[in-house]
Amino acid sequence: MSKVEAFRQHHFEDVEQQHEASWLGMWVFLATEVMFFGGMFACYFVYRHWYLQAFASASNHLNLWLGAINTAVLICSSFTMALAVHSAETNRRKPLITYLLLTTVLGLVFLGIKLFEYYSKFEEHLVPGSSFRFEESLARPAEIFFSFYFAMTGMHAVHMIVGIGLLTALILQARRSRFSAAYHTPVELTGLYWHFVDIVWIFLFPLLYLLGRHV
Amino acid sequence: MDLGFPLFPEQASTMASRVDALFFFLVAVSVFFVGLIFLAILVFAVKYRRRAEDERPEPIEGKLWLEVAWSVIPFGLTMVMFVWGAIIFFDIYNPPDDALEISIVGRQWMWKAQHPTGQSEINELHVPVGQPVKLMMTSEDVIHDFYLPAFRIKQDVLPGRYTSVWFEASKAGVYQLFCAEYCGTQHSGMIGRVVALEPAQFEKWLSGGATGMSMVDQGASLFKRFGCETCHRAGGTSRGPALAGLFGKPVKLQGGSTVTADEDYIRESILDPRAKIVDGYQPIMPTFKGLVSEEGLLQLIAYIKSLDGAERKAAQR
Amino acid sequence: MNVSAIERREHYLNVNYGIRSWLFTTDHKRIAWLYLLSVTVFFFIGGLFATLMRVELMTPQGDLVQAETYNKLFTMHGVTMVFFFLIPSIPAVLGNFLVPMMIGARDLAFPRLNLASWYIFILGGAFTLMAAAAGGVDTGWTFYTPYSSIYSNTHVVLTVVGVFITGFSSILTGLNFIVTIHKMRAPGMTWFRLPLFIWAHYATSIIFILGTPVIAITLVLVGLERIFRLGIFDPSLGGDPVLFQHLFWFYSHPAVYIMILPAMGVVSELIACFSRKRIFGYGVVAFASLAIAVIGFLVWGHHMFVAGQSVHASMIFSLLSFLVAVPSAIKVFNWTATLYKGSISYDAPMLYALGFIGLFTIGGLTGLFLATLGIDVHVHDTYFVVAHFHYIMVGGAVMGYLGGIHFWWPKMTGRIYPEIWARLAALIIFIGFNLTFFPQFVLGYIGMPRRYHVYPPEFQVLNVMSTAGASILAVGYLLPLVYLIWSLRYGAVAGANPWRARGLEWQTASPPPTENFDRTPVVTEGAYAYEKEPEEIYALRKPAHV
Repeated sequence: MSKVEAFRQHHFEDVEQQHEASWLGMWVFLATEVMFFGGMFACYFVYRHWYLQAFASASNHLNLWLGAINTAVLICSSFTMALAVHSAETNRRKPLITYLLLTTVLGLVFLGIKLFEYYSKFEEHLVPGSSFRFEESLARPAEIFFSFYFAMTGMHAVHMIVGIGLLTALILQARRSRFSAAYHTPVELTGLYWHFVDIVWIFLFPLLYLLGRHV
Repeated sequence: MDLGFPLFPEQASTMASRVDALFFFLVAVSVFFVGLIFLAILVFAVKYRRRAEDERPEPIEGKLWLEVAWSVIPFGLTMVMFVWGAIIFFDIYNPPDDALEISIVGRQWMWKAQHPTGQSEINELHVPVGQPVKLMMTSEDVIHDFYLPAFRIKQDVLPGRYTSVWFEASKAGVYQLFCAEYCGTQHSGMIGRVVALEPAQFEKWLSGGATGMSMVDQGASLFKRFGCETCHRAGGTSRGPALAGLFGKPVKLQGGSTVTADEDYIRESILDPRAKIVDGYQPIMPTFKGLVSEEGLLQLIAYIKSLDGAERKAAQR
Repeated sequence: MNVSAIERREHYLNVNYGIRSWLFTTDHKRIAWLYLLSVTVFFFIGGLFATLMRVELMTPQGDLVQAETYNKLFTMHGVTMVFFFLIPSIPAVLGNFLVPMMIGARDLAFPRLNLASWYIFILGGAFTLMAAAAGGVDTGWTFYTPYSSIYSNTHVVLTVVGVFITGFSSILTGLNFIVTIHKMRAPGMTWFRLPLFIWAHYATSIIFILGTPVIAITLVLVGLERIFRLGIFDPSLGGDPVLFQHLFWFYSHPAVYIMILPAMGVVSELIACFSRKRIFGYGVVAFASLAIAVIGFLVWGHHMFVAGQSVHASMIFSLLSFLVAVPSAIKVFNWTATLYKGSISYDAPMLYALGFIGLFTIGGLTGLFLATLGIDVHVHDTYFVVAHFHYIMVGGAVMGYLGGIHFWWPKMTGRIYPEIWARLAALIIFIGFNLTFFPQFVLGYIGMPRRYHVYPPEFQVLNVMSTAGASILAVGYLLPLVYLIWSLRYGAVAGANPWRARGLEWQTASPPPTENFDRTPVVTEGAYAYEKEPEEIYALRKPAHV
């Protein structure tokens, strides 16, 4: 039995069928994620339409620099992830592990910055709830803005944490030489997932951070 | 035949017979199709019952013309239903201009009504027969629904917003009022009565109750008590726009957009004054949230509605 | 053939024994059984809540339970039946068992995800039952804000967490079906040779994938509002409670098509088999399933005609709601036309299928009343609506489920159920059902609102009729529980194809081997080729690998 065959699961006819099924499965899963985030985006757009001024003013209280750095960090991590997939495709184990590690580190940097941002929002009394303080005339819709900020970036962060978990699992498996040019489906699929989480942030960043800059 | 219990609701409004006519049309169409299908199934199941174990029926793939026919014809029937229903719906949502306006405030678990002449009622609503009545409604807490089966009308009552519904009672009598949107523990206890009286009796009832101030007068009194006049004087001041003749007109806001000064706009302006700033004015109006009740808001709105343009012109001379 | 013949041959039930071989299985057929047992438990729990409600409603006063308890009963009845019975039942039981077999595959694309979906289902169910045990929830299964997010004093968060978790079970099932149907069909099994059961499950899976995530995020937002007072739906913070309704119904309307499409798939199989004919207009019925799934996403606002939605939006939703009725009507006509010149037998599955057609027709037509704007104003939130959806869900979906269970029981167990008892149960269910729910149409039009614990005395006679029907219906549901279990030990042994049907699942042993087929089948004909013998349709060849 060839090395490739060793990975074929019993219910598939051949490796190609298994690979195609895995790909389709990941794309269908990403479709569900689009609908999940989409629901939140839809609500956000409704309230933004009603309370544009309050939303813009609230957006100005977010740290634009940290948001921009995080955006750059994530884009870099997608690049290192793509390089990891390429390394797997070209059978280079050491670069694969290196790029996976880099992606993980960048992901952790993102989460670290996010954590710092959340903490500073807490200090500035911008966390929705009884301690929320904002300019009186815009306070209520601004609180809704921050509700969305925490809900949407929070959900995104949860997805990042899952992604980092997947990357860690991949690193451990790569060290045990599980992947090769013939079989690296888990790396490819994790790459797809990671790119998706990146794209969600590409939408979140302007909608949350850049709202007040031109209004 | 008197069964001792109803099988069909009374028709007590001008809308009821229209709704029932459409209802009977749908019943007829339904009976026809149900009968058709049941009959076909029965006849086929008996006529084509299996008579031998190795029977080989003729494989019939389908007939396109039949598919088209039984798609197009039912669709056509549904379009009749749609148009007919939409017309009635549109009329339900378009009250006549001469409708008598009554305020309704719903809360867990009771209905409060106030007539323009000032009479308040709880869980009961007196209305005249033969006169359109428009209800302006809001909730103090959760979503409720004002449902009068005999009149065939129903409308959700929302917190933070006004919704309205209208009817014209066609028959004197006492009719059931239900809350028809689940609102908590005593939802099924949030019921009452609508009492439709002939016009003469209605007038008698209006004047027979405790003489109080009309809604407009109560609103005027609140307007004075809260000091609204300080900034909203006739003719307008630099601090606040004049309110005479305002109701129903377009208002230009800071930022360029325009809104119509309806009940919701006035309510929001009192509770959340900086949500929409009128163009040319400063955001200095304080909020009256927590200071004025929903009934008070409706009275203030009634007062502001009553200020017509003539006053404004008089002030400007 | 005697009993020991089954035991001597190896099949999926006896290939290994012990609780671990079941709890750690990846065999789609065993997972189907795990679901079967679970949804049956939930069905009877939901039925218990309904029984208590109907007993209370025999009298106008609230004398059996207090108002708050009654409100919890109808909420828990709805949550249990919708999320833990109707949505999973046919897809997770019959779909899991049959989708691979009908397309000639050895399992679903992702067997471990399949098992995970069952564990997720159980976890979600555990949370919800915990909420019930801790005192229940009283918001209605629709969780309207601001009652659910601010005012209710019951276990809302626990319940929405349970429903949220269970949603992922649906998503994984739908994902598995879509990939399996796309990628694992046997040679020769082209799209238009697929049984209509597969088309129905494919369409259902599209709704699983696109709709379920939206209810997930909606419930998350309600939970966050309750715990952290995030004012997304709170009017005092400038939020809009009607926005919740839009989000909720965006999923929950397509959800009702999740509940009915699989049953329609079952009915197609039953009508074809027990008329021994191809389904009339196969292609049209297949496309009708897809049309229902797609258009079903565009009609959610018909639950909100009097909610404060704009008149124009309501008109658009009304128009689209009539449009979505057409493919369902087409299916009813096609099934009926299949009977024409067929060879019809009255076995229990067929009785359920015919009952489905009749009751679904009534339910569907009463949906037109609700789509009609002028009438909906009067009957919205009354017992008319309750009657309408029970005709579809119980007269339709549950009867489709029972018909399917009876039809495939020999395949799943290798045993035949007692036919006389099955026909009797079907008849009792049909009669009990109509007596329970037809009076509710009248109750609705004369004005009785739904979710009412107490009511005016003039509504009592119709309520008593409804409760009487419910007690008959209960007997009808208990009978299959008894005789199906009985048949496991004492039922006649079934052969591979006791109904002489043409589906691929019938061309292998009953019960099937773990790998479903001894050899990968090759398909040369479309579904329901009853004019041919099975040997003429399916050729078996040695598999490519060893």
